Amino acid sequence: MSANLFDKVWELHKVGQLPSGRDQLFIGLHLVHEVTSPQAFAMLAERGLGVAFPGRTFATSDHIIPTDDQSRPFKDPQAEAMMAALEANAASSKIEFFGLASGRQGIVHVIGPELGLTQPGMTIACGDSHTSTHGALGAIAFGIGTSQVRDLLATQTLAMDRPKVRKIEVEGSLAKGVGAKDLILYILSRLGVEGGIGFAYEYAGSAVRGLGMEGRMTLCNMSIEGGARAGYVSPDETTFEYLRGRPYAPALADWDKATAYWRSIASAKDASYDDEVGLDAAEIEPMVTWGTNPGQGIGISRAMPRLGELPRERREGARAAYDHMGFSEGERIAGKKIDVAFIGSCTNGRIGDLREAAAVAKGRRVASGVRALVVPGSMQVAAQARAEGLDRVFVEAGFEFRLAGCSMCLAMNPDKLEGRELCASSSNRNFIGRQGSARGRTLLMSPAMVAAAAVSGEVVDVRSL
Amino acid sequence: MATSGYVRALVSGRAIPLRGDDVDTDRIIPARYMKGVSFEGLGEYAFRDARFDESGRPKEHPFNEGRFSGASILVVNRNFGCGSSREHAPQALARAGITALVGESFAEIFAGNCVTLGLPAVGVAAEAARKLQDMVEADPSLTVEVDLESREVRAGSSRFPLAIAESHRKALASGLWDSTAELLPGLDAARALAARLPYSKWARSSP
Repeated sequence: MSANLFDKVWELHKVGQLPSGRDQLFIGLHLVHEVTSPQAFAMLAERGLGVAFPGRTFATSDHIIPTDDQSRPFKDPQAEAMMAALEANAASSKIEFFGLASGRQGIVHVIGPELGLTQPGMTIACGDSHTSTHGALGAIAFGIGTSQVRDLLATQTLAMDRPKVRKIEVEGSLAKGVGAKDLILYILSRLGVEGGIGFAYEYAGSAVRGLGMEGRMTLCNMSIEGGARAGYVSPDETTFEYLRGRPYAPALADWDKATAYWRSIASAKDASYDDEVGLDAAEIEPMVTWGTNPGQGIGISRAMPRLGELPRERREGARAAYDHMGFSEGERIAGKKIDVAFIGSCTNGRIGDLREAAAVAKGRRVASGVRALVVPGSMQVAAQARAEGLDRVFVEAGFEFRLAGCSMCLAMNPDKLEGRELCASSSNRNFIGRQGSARGRTLLMSPAMVAAAAVSGEVVDVRSL
Repeated sequence: MATSGYVRALVSGRAIPLRGDDVDTDRIIPARYMKGVSFEGLGEYAFRDARFDESGRPKEHPFNEGRFSGASILVVNRNFGCGSSREHAPQALARAGITALVGESFAEIFAGNCVTLGLPAVGVAAEAARKLQDMVEADPSLTVEVDLESREVRAGSSRFPLAIAESHRKALASGLWDSTAELLPGLDAARALAARLPYSKWARSSP
């Protein structure tokens, strides 16, 4: 038996063992944004410490950025203060900052891979739970809290216990109209939202190999929704091709050395794991969540589960979810009338997601009474979408085409649900209140399914359009 | 918030039960209260939307019940603190007077954030969590003890074995939970390791 990627990369980055028994782990790339960093910079200053590795630290702003009018100062004084704090901290600590003027601003988990900062065999951390996204490139990447952001700024290391590794092997081909978002929602529905506690997930098998890099990012992005702090795909030619020529990727003169390292840390065929799960890709259809956690999802053709069919320990949660959603057990999810459609977020705000949604929107109209938003994950995604004319497709169909940011995924900016609105959303969390209204309701699905719901006015199987 | 040295081997106090699985950090502290550059004042907003409706009227919630006022041990169920990594969640709980959490299980990032604040989050069996909640409901004056040395939670005459990552237990019980203080002595070794990493040596394409 040989080592899996996770164990090899961990070993390479282990500085030593700490008095508490945790490992001191070196982090190759630290990404910083405006919400979870100002307190960390303040704590650092309180202790008279500086940033140890500014060259390994990169900042951008995403959560609080308005997506309609980004002129400064922002209309929301709190958002302006957070933006100003990040700009000041980055400048005084000599951290490269991808602001609005750089043309490279965007959601931190979109721009890391896009700029080639994220690379195989790296350790990556950010004060954001969706940092697991970067595992798509064969990195091991963790979301951390603000005190750990302070740790990283001060030492570029974290105090961590090594998690176990679970291999999730998905064999077969995904059906037409079924993609990475459906795959991860299916995995969550099978393994639960707490099944991954204590594990990192390695996604493998022919269905995963068959995904492009952006699909792999969608998959790894929602690992945390399953309780797994990290998720990754072992790197292959698809990964290397994606990285070639990106601004912060290795120069071509060093390319052979880089790919040799990347191949060396890939999981071997006979690698050992703490746990293995096998799934059949052919069983998966477009998925939609019916409840208030991302594990509460079903295939579009299915009825919402009856409480009695669920494992005993999931019934109370399901009952509370039905209460909030205003749904009843045994009902079909298809046909639910929506008020809002949101396409974007670190899960599904990349160019491939926008292409997928535009293909559905083209030549159709957003149903009357539906508010539909397309929010690119980065300035570069937005520019590419414009170059391909996707913005026109969306606008002609009645969608708003916005500027880059986290937008309605988490409502720290003006994009929010109101009252009891029901939102078809390509984001990652259907938690109560997540999209900005305590009574608001979220249905998670793929970008194509959101576009289909937008033009139909109700939840519908995109394959039927 | 203290920066180092406090031993958290034994935490005791009256308890407050909060029932339900998969309580996410958006529930603990809604995102709109993260719009600030400090953690000050967050205690007031813990569970805000679960406690109050949109017009500010209180809803039924243990944090609104006078009989649990001043309680410091939060008793929860499965996968508490899932979702967003926001440290604002344990910061809000700590600032609302919570000094330890007992539950069936905790999301990993949340549990780690608790340790960095010196806040033990310990696991007990599912039935034990429910029994503790029942006991506290029946008698809010009951003292609950979380003992990291003997690895048990005590309430009245009941004792429940507790589970916590050994490194977390050790850090809290020995006052080593300030991770920056623990990591700083390794800074030179970290610099040496960084220089050896393969990717430290490559030029960038065109930054």
